[in-house]
Amino acid sequence: MTRNDFPAGLVLDAHKRQAADGVIVELGAPTHVVLALDQGSGTLLESVVAVGDLVAVGTVIARPADVYGAVLHAPVSGRVTAVETCDAASATGACRCIEIENDGRDAVEPAGWRGDAFALEPPDLVGRLGEAGIAGLGGAAFPTATKLQAARERAARQLLLNGAECEPWICCDDALMRADASDVVLGARLLMRALEATSCVVVIEDDKPAAVAALRQAIEVARARDVVVEVVPAVYPQGAERQLVTAVTGLEVPSGGLPADVGVTCQNVATAAAAARWARSGEPCVSRVVTITGSGVARPMNVRARLGTPLSTLIDAAGGYRGEPLRLIAGGNMTGRALASDDVGLAKAINCVLVATRADLQPRLDAFEQPCIRCGDCATVCPPRLLPQQIHRAVRAGADEAAVQLGVWDCIDCGCCDYVCPSQIPLALRFREARARLRERAAATARAAAARERFESHERRLQEAAVAEQQAFDVAREQARGSIEPGRSP
Amino acid sequence: MKFDTAPAPHTIAGYTVHGVMLQVLLALAPVALVHVALFGPGLLLQVAVACVTALLCEALALRWRQRDVRAALRDGSVLVTAGLLALSVTPLLPWWLTALGTAFAVLLGKHAFGGLGQNPFNPAMVGYASLLIAFPTEMTRWPVPLDAEGARSWGDLARLAFTAFYGGDLGTAWDGYSGATALDSIRAGLDLRFTMSELLARGTIVGAVGARGFEWINLAALAGGLYLLARGIVRWHIPVAVLAGLLVPAFVAHALDRGANLAPLVQAFSGATMLGAFFIATDPVSAATSDRGRLWYGAGIGLLTWIIRTWGGYPDGVAFAVLLMNLAVPLLDRYTVPRIYGRTRE
Repeated sequence: MTRNDFPAGLVLDAHKRQAADGVIVELGAPTHVVLALDQGSGTLLESVVAVGDLVAVGTVIARPADVYGAVLHAPVSGRVTAVETCDAASATGACRCIEIENDGRDAVEPAGWRGDAFALEPPDLVGRLGEAGIAGLGGAAFPTATKLQAARERAARQLLLNGAECEPWICCDDALMRADASDVVLGARLLMRALEATSCVVVIEDDKPAAVAALRQAIEVARARDVVVEVVPAVYPQGAERQLVTAVTGLEVPSGGLPADVGVTCQNVATAAAAARWARSGEPCVSRVVTITGSGVARPMNVRARLGTPLSTLIDAAGGYRGEPLRLIAGGNMTGRALASDDVGLAKAINCVLVATRADLQPRLDAFEQPCIRCGDCATVCPPRLLPQQIHRAVRAGADEAAVQLGVWDCIDCGCCDYVCPSQIPLALRFREARARLRERAAATARAAAARERFESHERRLQEAAVAEQQAFDVAREQARGSIEPGRSP
Repeated sequence: MKFDTAPAPHTIAGYTVHGVMLQVLLALAPVALVHVALFGPGLLLQVAVACVTALLCEALALRWRQRDVRAALRDGSVLVTAGLLALSVTPLLPWWLTALGTAFAVLLGKHAFGGLGQNPFNPAMVGYASLLIAFPTEMTRWPVPLDAEGARSWGDLARLAFTAFYGGDLGTAWDGYSGATALDSIRAGLDLRFTMSELLARGTIVGAVGARGFEWINLAALAGGLYLLARGIVRWHIPVAVLAGLLVPAFVAHALDRGANLAPLVQAFSGATMLGAFFIATDPVSAATSDRGRLWYGAGIGLLTWIIRTWGGYPDGVAFAVLLMNLAVPLLDRYTVPRIYGRTRE
């Protein structure tokens, strides 16, 4: 827990040894699965199945209403038992979920796509990856096809595969790179084809030498000369997309823009491996590797589990609870989301299940907020070079305009400022709340504008109708006059 | 199984305001030690009065403002204010003036603006400057340091301190013991058209590296300051800028006219230079907040200190320089916002 020489960010206790043995335990399919219709990207999918429907592994069960969601497939074969609101790892803590009872047969959806993915034309490949439900497995669950499409439109020709995995506790990507390095390389080539990319850099932090070695060997074996591994210092949040782009290319992603604006696309190594799995076997995204760790779990480990597997089942597989588990976190200790129950099903965005005890959470549990003393330590560690102390002041004063000017939207929510604040102010939370308020206000303004537009167009239509009526009346009157006064010619 | 939820991040380093303040007090300890060794135990009396007054005023102000008294007292910030004020005034100050200055610092300098984190001016310097303006005679009467010729024993200094503390008449018997500080003497001497070399030749003014007596205090403050730098409590921008702002013009002036200007080394180790650079100017609440802002802020303090020392009406200028630059902070903060990642400079 020392401050580093890096211009920003933090060197944190990694807490990765617990689970980072490079082994992935394959878990069998559970007796039932719970699939949240928000898999973590923040958009709610629309269920295309009903209670009682029979599904097979790979049957499409939900589709996105916009480009921010990915197609969702049944991870087991069986019967849909419920479509209802349950606890989930979504922003609100609950959302609509599809529950499926496993019939134990693991029947495979016959209508699934089979073919040579590498033979597809790049635009078709992007579409197929979308149909396969491939999404960002690094923790955002952003649909890969949407990202690839945006990159293609901007002719971004460099692919960055994110294997930095900078957040403490999480080590599923490390395990994946060590156990399935060939899949990562195959996935890299597939994504490169979809992008028509010219180069691919796999970025790995220097605390994962085994992963670096495994990948370099896999690249050698696959003779993938256009894929290179780059080792970067282990600094949190090195793996944040923008920070990663800058670390590798030296370029800054424009505020409010995409990495594709500077010619780069980032994908997680696990996402690439999922794409490779699909290309090899036709299996859509129905499972993922996840770290089960924390002082509150008996045997921390990395497992490959079907999506929808209840987290309680995952924790049982890791030897069950130990000691006094105080908090269940989906993700790491810096940005992870605390869950209300372990009935939540594994989602595409959940890369880690952290069962934290009191010791893991201290001294945050006893945090006592004091007034800001403007020490500026927050600014020293802020990756986007914000002045959190000034944003905090603006937010407190309700000066939204000033907060936006100072970069409340440029905040990447990494929590570094909270971490170092001697006044123990929950800065990240305050900024999140401010953004929610700004979003709500923008929506209210949009609603008001829409209402005004509706009202005005209604008025316009009434007026037009009145004018038309008057004209019709005038014409009729003229005609009537014409018939009454035969002497007048029209 | 059900769990309580909480917002991310779920871990913090656990730095605290009182931890920061404790480190500052710890770094001040060597300064106090040297002070007591050279000028007698007067400082300890001043510290005691200042701390008691400061805590009382803080508690009173918090009650008036209907805040949690115990929680706020625990942060220790008011003790730093008291300590800095006690170190700034002469150890021969009558106790009621120390109490008055401290009350002024805490009540008007800090709580009138909204308490911890809200005060635009450095509270200790508000107290110091008020006393200096209102009671110039009492404020500029310093004991002759023990290492100077003519000074007698530490015991004599102790008796002097107690007499002065209770407001007793120092009379003629103490003439050899109390007087002006080195910077005072130089100021007065230069005004009497002595040259710098004549003044320095007297030997009672300048010691090994700086003003006699004060050079050791400055060295102790430098050591304490380096400790704060090493612990990450203070960042380098302000101290370096203060010293550069003072020493660069001092160097140029000294090079141009050795007869009228103090050598930069003497400037560095005289008066409140080091205490100012590492402990007073670095008060984050009243300083500029961005790194670039802090460089300008520190440089301004250093330059103003040099200007006041050279041409001003007061022998030392740190307090006024700090207060003047406090005034400039809102402006500095406005124009030194760093370029945000991914944005072009507007």
